[in-house]
Amino acid sequence: MPLKLLKFGLSGKYAEPRMFRTPEKMRDTYDLVIIGAGGHGLAAAYHLAKDYGMTNIAVLDKGYIGGGNTGRNTAIVRSNYLTPEGVEFYKESVRLFSQLSTELDLNLFYTERGHFTLAHSDASLRTMRWRAEVNKHLDVNSEVIGPREISKLCPYMDLSCGGHAPVVGALWHPPGSIIRHDAVAWGYAREACRRGVEIFQKTAVTGIDIVDGQVTGVQTSRGPIKARRVLSAVAGYTPRITKMVGIRTPIVIQPLQACVTEPLKPWLDQIVVSASLHIYVSQSSRGELVMGASLDPYELHSERSTLDFVEGLVDHLLDLFPFLGNVKVNRQWAGMSDMTPDYSPIMGTTPIKGFYLDTGWGTWGFKATAVCGTTMAYTVAQDDDHHLIRPFNLSRFGDYTLVGEKGAASVGH
Amino acid sequence: MSESKRLPPQFGEWIDRGSPVRFTFEGAACEGFAGDTVSSALHAGGALMLGRSFKYHRPRGVHSLANHDVNAMFEDGTDTNIRADVTAVRDGAEYRAVNTVGGLANDRLRIMDAFSRFLPVGFYYKTFHRPMSLFPFWERQLRSAAGLGKIDGNHKRNRTPKRYDWCDVLVIGAGPSGLSAAIAAARAGASVVCVDENARPGGTLSYAYGSEPAAQGRLDELLKAAASLPNLSIRCNTLAAGYYADHWVALVDGGKMTKMRTRAVVFAQGAAEQPSVFRHNDLPGVMLASGAQRLLRRYSVRPFESPLVVTANADGYRAALDFASIGIHVAGIVDLRPDGEPSDLDERVKAAHITIHHGQAVYEAVPRDGLVGIKAAVVCPLDKQGELDTDDGLTIACDGIAMSVGWAGADGLLYQAGGRMKYSDEFEQFVPETMPAGVFAAGRVNGVFALDQKLIDGERAGLSAAKYLGLSSPSTLPEARRGPRSTHPYPIFYHPKGKAFIDLDEDVQLKDLVNAETEGFDNIELLKRYTTFGMGPSQGKIANANTVRVLARLRKQSVGETGVPTSRPFWHPVRMDALAGRGFHPHRHTPMHSFHESHGAVFMLAGDWQRPAYYARPGRSREECITTEVEAVRHQVGMIDVGTLGKIEISGPDAGAFLERIYTGRFTNLKVGSTRYALMCDESGVVIDDGVVARLGEDRFYATTTTSAAASVYREMQRYAIVWGMNLTLVNATGLYGGMNLAGPFARRVLQPLTDIDASETAFPYMGMREGTLADVPARFLRVGFVGELGYEVHVPANCAKHAWDALVSAGGAFGIRPFGVEAQRVLRLEKGHAIVSQDTDGLTNPFEAGMEWAIKDDKPFFIGQRSLRIIKKRPIARRLVAFSLGAGYHGNMPKECHLVIDHGKIIGRVTSIAISPTLHEPIGLAFMPAEKAAVGTPFSIRIDDGEMVAARVVKAPFYDPHAARQKM
Repeated sequence: MPLKLLKFGLSGKYAEPRMFRTPEKMRDTYDLVIIGAGGHGLAAAYHLAKDYGMTNIAVLDKGYIGGGNTGRNTAIVRSNYLTPEGVEFYKESVRLFSQLSTELDLNLFYTERGHFTLAHSDASLRTMRWRAEVNKHLDVNSEVIGPREISKLCPYMDLSCGGHAPVVGALWHPPGSIIRHDAVAWGYAREACRRGVEIFQKTAVTGIDIVDGQVTGVQTSRGPIKARRVLSAVAGYTPRITKMVGIRTPIVIQPLQACVTEPLKPWLDQIVVSASLHIYVSQSSRGELVMGASLDPYELHSERSTLDFVEGLVDHLLDLFPFLGNVKVNRQWAGMSDMTPDYSPIMGTTPIKGFYLDTGWGTWGFKATAVCGTTMAYTVAQDDDHHLIRPFNLSRFGDYTLVGEKGAASVGH
Repeated sequence: MSESKRLPPQFGEWIDRGSPVRFTFEGAACEGFAGDTVSSALHAGGALMLGRSFKYHRPRGVHSLANHDVNAMFEDGTDTNIRADVTAVRDGAEYRAVNTVGGLANDRLRIMDAFSRFLPVGFYYKTFHRPMSLFPFWERQLRSAAGLGKIDGNHKRNRTPKRYDWCDVLVIGAGPSGLSAAIAAARAGASVVCVDENARPGGTLSYAYGSEPAAQGRLDELLKAAASLPNLSIRCNTLAAGYYADHWVALVDGGKMTKMRTRAVVFAQGAAEQPSVFRHNDLPGVMLASGAQRLLRRYSVRPFESPLVVTANADGYRAALDFASIGIHVAGIVDLRPDGEPSDLDERVKAAHITIHHGQAVYEAVPRDGLVGIKAAVVCPLDKQGELDTDDGLTIACDGIAMSVGWAGADGLLYQAGGRMKYSDEFEQFVPETMPAGVFAAGRVNGVFALDQKLIDGERAGLSAAKYLGLSSPSTLPEARRGPRSTHPYPIFYHPKGKAFIDLDEDVQLKDLVNAETEGFDNIELLKRYTTFGMGPSQGKIANANTVRVLARLRKQSVGETGVPTSRPFWHPVRMDALAGRGFHPHRHTPMHSFHESHGAVFMLAGDWQRPAYYARPGRSREECITTEVEAVRHQVGMIDVGTLGKIEISGPDAGAFLERIYTGRFTNLKVGSTRYALMCDESGVVIDDGVVARLGEDRFYATTTTSAAASVYREMQRYAIVWGMNLTLVNATGLYGGMNLAGPFARRVLQPLTDIDASETAFPYMGMREGTLADVPARFLRVGFVGELGYEVHVPANCAKHAWDALVSAGGAFGIRPFGVEAQRVLRLEKGHAIVSQDTDGLTNPFEAGMEWAIKDDKPFFIGQRSLRIIKKRPIARRLVAFSLGAGYHGNMPKECHLVIDHGKIIGRVTSIAISPTLHEPIGLAFMPAEKAAVGTPFSIRIDDGEMVAARVVKAPFYDPHAARQKM
């Protein structure tokens, strides 16, 4: 038994120090206001405080810590992307995630499970090979494997897929991991607070003040704040925030849904993704199967669930794992995804001085949390885009230098 | 097992004593009756402990018997996570509790209970990660301790059909309110379906009112009234699992799902009884009073021998009377209210010689050895602040505690339907505040608890639904009174030694909530995620309400301000096979499929289509077969089935203008009887599809798309036609026509005798289109040349396509005709240097990079992607699709498609197509190269598997017949 558990048991009083403080009052002036207390916003706050000594920061959220897509995603971390820009970026994220429990002194349950992206056709096998080749070139562990090797790693899978779309191969990415997503936000929040950052939950931003192209303050549901720097790290609401500063992004909002089953004893070690079947599934440390499918195929600003989502998902899941018919789906939910035309994020400086964006995270945002923290902190502190995120600047849509990651999104879109 | 707890037969019981059922539990023989649930049969046989808890492996028994807890989760060798409380017992079944090591009684993990002090809330976040290298070990331990049932890898998928259904009014819940609502709506003329998750209708009338003479016969009256209404159907064993937009309700009946579209919904699911929180409140013998009464009245099982009733409402008094009426000795009533019960129930209880302790509460239950049951309860007085005076405890011997301290509306679906609820301080319950159109609530979910009032409230809701539908109903609707207040504001009592459980699924204790709040998890959603209350299989049905009260008190705010966790589907979990149904997968076959099969075709999937990849021949390798097919096209004649191409007919005055907006080219000037290549881009100028557009008449066009994009192109065309408001009609003709491409030097000689058109070069030149007959079948002929030979693409009605194909095959016999598949076609077009969209282009390829700028006609006002292409055109091109060769002498390992072009350790490009050309006898391909390295003659290196570098050289395209003479013969 680890020593710490012994300590918990033997000391009469248990409660640990408070993880996050809720200050009574907001200050008049902050050096930086971060909109969104999700993983991204909190990670940036943490790194600004820790790496750049910038602590006069307010993190505002209209809901609660980690209550947006940080708490709604399926908690997968991987770096098997398609473009060199994407791979470099996510590779750094995986590296940071793998050390994050130690860094934040909070066990985030980061576990390497291995990640399959199944191919059911020659065409998808071709894309897998492309990804594998780019990954290997950049020292990311990915390879194309055949059905026999898939069976060896995951004997439960029916590779004939019920005879509908037999699995012909897979992109196998051993570093693919899962992590306790909520805890990531809590860990960053705790460590940011410890360094003086202030988090205000249930505080909505209603306007952003700009004078001569420079941010000067933020209007909130708790009153105005003076600040010359604002970082927007929200999802689902980005168009509303960018409207406040008068810039446009090509983002559209589409819902992304997910569901979990009742807890089962561990049987599925890997993360399994199939774009053709529109599913991804992994088994959490609690034993639930955590499952997702493709984006809802329409623009909608809503977190409602639909029945056809779970019907379609389960139908395809049973093609791959036919014995799960008697396992029950416990709960479904939805989040809102900021979709960009090239399936890459929008990060960094903007035409408005002092206004920074960390957005456009579509269906792939959680796995970038850690690297967004370091790179956005650099960008805000230096007022200059970090080299890893330069390809993702908003200006690429004007310059037609897009970073095409559609082929590496985990499910069809 | 001890003696039977089965009671003599009683009126209204749900069991069929004439049908005994034999089964085993944990290896021991058991029996029950048809109609029993697994739990009721086991409890009747004296089995108190039915399961072990999730985390601490504490004994658990019957609690709600209503699927509001999962104390009894079984597996039977076939199914897992069976909810024994509500699952009909099956003859011959072998049940075991899930999540034990070494069986229920001797579960080796029961030691976890003693360690619970070392496993406080969130413990796993705070340890095991130093050093990180040991975490994988701990993770494995924790993972295997977590989880409930085991999967059975051999379980067969049950393919059950799904059903669509509709009705005017769906009433959810067939208790007194629901039945009353259903009858009222049906009498007003609505078609009504009333569903209930229980095996029989009745709700509280089937268990709660055993002591009320006035209630007797009420259920029969309701059911008789219902039976007389042909437009009302009652469906039991039917779970309303989730509510979705526009009154779309998932009904699950056993393993089957019905998707119900209704015009109005009445929510009458009643309420879930909530436990009191005290030390050892989770052990077998501590039950919700309603759970005990369900055992008693539905299954005729004695819940206990000498229970203490702890209550704060009339229901507890009724339960005590119920117990007494069958000869159970009630050890006393502990009423949290200082003034006790205001109704005549007080008198009746006293008359039954039951002692009442006013203003007291249970502080702890005293467990029996091994925690399997209890032997006493410690009762303490409550002061005005609601605090227990624990110095003044009274120990009362009892073998059970029946708790009736409050209810929470079963309002999950009501929230999903968009109902806004507010907390009523008067009734200590969330009650509906505003409802969306067509949504109504009745009975306890609406805060109405008295039986006569529930009947009135149901009638009100049923009539309101009828009125909403425009059916005749009285001008003034009956109005029911809410109440009486049946819920205590805070039946939650701290004990320094803990084990006061908030959530039985997740083993969340009261102190866990307190600790979590102290740590900063101080709003309801954060608290949920940190402590995991409400995250178990029963989704907090008996945990959420108490948790909210605890948090509200800790935060010194009201319950209403504190709020409840978001309600999401499903109300109870739903089996995946019910959700999946029969699992329909479209498989598309062209009309020529039987020919392909009988000629040895090896099929490949193209979307839902099966297409011949090549035709296998005995004794020949795949490559040899493909080569033979290529050679037949080059030297004699071949034919490929192209019926899978998307085919769209566009007609109307705006048809030509529409196509000019959709595609990059010009079509208004296309001559009738001609075809033109059509390239489609998206708004950012990326190539997304290509095909051919033929002009059939002044206002009629016919467009083909790639096989994979057929559906999406048609969908987008429809969307744009609406967005642009253009005057045209679109018909997706993909399945209407079969298609075949006859290609090769002898193509005309094969075709001409079978057709009434003049197929000569002068009468029907390259890129022409003709309508005529083929083998007496109406046909469209397109002279296109993807494979680079004289060719005719023929489209005929699908039902005649096989006939036409056979006629061509037979006429081609003399010329050595050979069917060819997709693989040969890929080689043939590669020899011609033709790119395949989505293979030789990617998600960012613009026409300039792909060498398709000739297909862009920018001298028109608009087309999709035009603005982007104009901007892109002014910039330097970064990369180009080039033709390359490995040289005629190359015999080494072949590169594969998507292998990378590497230059000085950097990725500079990639191979998009490659094949050994049977015509040129050398490996040729297409690749993306940086623009500055795209000149003919530039050498480059491809890295293949295992890192070997292969030298290649950019060459001029096309590889074959550079002047395209052969397709214009």
